[in-house]
Amino acid sequence: MPIGFSNEEIMQTIKMIEAENLDVRTITMGISLLECSDESPEKVYQKIYDTISRRAENLVKVGEEIERDYGIPIINKRISVTPIANILGSCKTDNYTFAAKALDDAAKNVGVNFIGGFSALVHKGMTRSDEILIRSIPEALSVTDLVCSSVNIGTTKAGINMDAVRLMGEIIKDTAERTKDKDGLGCAKLVVFCNVPEDNPFMAGAFHGVGEPETVINVGVSGPGVVASVVKQNPGIPLGILARKIKETAFKITRMGELVGIEAGKRLNVPFGIVDLSLAPTPAIGDSVADILEGMGLERVGTHGTTAALAMLNDAVKKGGAMASSYVGGLSGAFIPVSEDAGMIRGVEEGSLSIDKMEAMTCVCSVGLDMIAVPGKTKASTISAIIADEAAIGMINKKTTAVRIIPVPGKDVGESVVFGGLLGRAPIMKLSDFDSSEFIARGGRIPAPIQALTN
Amino acid sequence: MSQENSRVVVTVVGKDKVGIIARVANVLAENDANILDISQTIMQDFFTMIMIVDIQNCKVDMAGLKETLDVEGEKIGVKISAQREDVFQYMHRI
Repeated sequence: MPIGFSNEEIMQTIKMIEAENLDVRTITMGISLLECSDESPEKVYQKIYDTISRRAENLVKVGEEIERDYGIPIINKRISVTPIANILGSCKTDNYTFAAKALDDAAKNVGVNFIGGFSALVHKGMTRSDEILIRSIPEALSVTDLVCSSVNIGTTKAGINMDAVRLMGEIIKDTAERTKDKDGLGCAKLVVFCNVPEDNPFMAGAFHGVGEPETVINVGVSGPGVVASVVKQNPGIPLGILARKIKETAFKITRMGELVGIEAGKRLNVPFGIVDLSLAPTPAIGDSVADILEGMGLERVGTHGTTAALAMLNDAVKKGGAMASSYVGGLSGAFIPVSEDAGMIRGVEEGSLSIDKMEAMTCVCSVGLDMIAVPGKTKASTISAIIADEAAIGMINKKTTAVRIIPVPGKDVGESVVFGGLLGRAPIMKLSDFDSSEFIARGGRIPAPIQALTN
Repeated sequence: MSQENSRVVVTVVGKDKVGIIARVANVLAENDANILDISQTIMQDFFTMIMIVDIQNCKVDMAGLKETLDVEGEKIGVKISAQREDVFQYMHRI
């Protein structure tokens, strides 16, 4: 009787799942809503609700079946939809909150954890519909529970739309204000991107891109705990060898993701899109990217050497993952959200991790300044300037960057805020005391960089 | 079971005592799960058993079998996991 594997391999898999928090973070179903446009908001509401309810009817059930069948936890089942601004151009209204309600109601109906796509892509300019959507964000996020919103304000090919950057600073402030009874929770569901990917399964930035099919299944894997454990078991070994060990681990994690994605696609009769290879931390102890970096020999995350360690980690994860799956996409890299990672929280609280160091770290990993709580009194123009800095990093380096920042109403440095669940807890971070408002007030467009001229 | 691969890897880890194999094998037999292979060692003082089981004619589905084994494991005082062989195939082989 041939057993194809060694006992060590079998026990390794069991250990990964049972002791090291290996899980599939999310199965995200992308759904095109292009068929939902109409002049009447009431009709649009109904079309959105019906389309999502029909296509995602079995998503949660199938997710749970796979979870039971394979014994691999699948933490979230989510939906992403066509950017709402793209389908409402002909709708006779100047407020899109009703569409957010439709998404929220449909998401609750099918039982998913989050729904993303209350979004607009405005990297080169805004249509009337884009602007209505953006101006509807504060209200939309304050009257819904599961809706996530994202706005893309720059790309390497188009440059940075600084008018949109300026507007987003105000929108983030307004969103925080409208959800102040929950410490600005609305902002935790709002991401501002540069170079946004169209098939990202992770929230809050997921939407169903215009190049995507009618329906698709994308999978986001996780596994910081598994990588941290490998790093900790190998103290003192040279970094090149450590990189190989991380690569081997990333390979195995990604294989799990692909297995789940293909199986979900088969059972739902929907094409499988991509595996997103991100190391996504959770507030659970041991499920932290900061732990990995500290395991490499840094006393605290954020100290000198952190950027180098993160660069190696991110690259090793990609190399291992790229070998493991034929279809890799989304964000694919290490996430470094503050509130969702116990080690990052500790770094901020103990003073090793500043916003400046985080900005440097975002140059070498996926995404950007993520889940950062800042003082409620922070000016809109300062938030815009932070967005502009991140977007510049993304634009020049041809990578995705994002800002998810929460100016917590009524709170200041030294205090912290608890969002609960996967969103975790965040200490309020200190920002520069100096002003950026005249720079932001200029508006206009930062031209596409020379890197854009690739043809 | 209609799946193409009906083989399941059952692992048992815990403190060694008399009759672990017998009791796990009993549960599998009661459910018409056919044991294809067993290997057993003591790793770092822990009893570690790996079984390959065919559940093609099993009375309960995979989720049901996992639950039954879980309950039995608790009674014996060991941790029993059951995973589809596909998982290992996928993770360790291309």
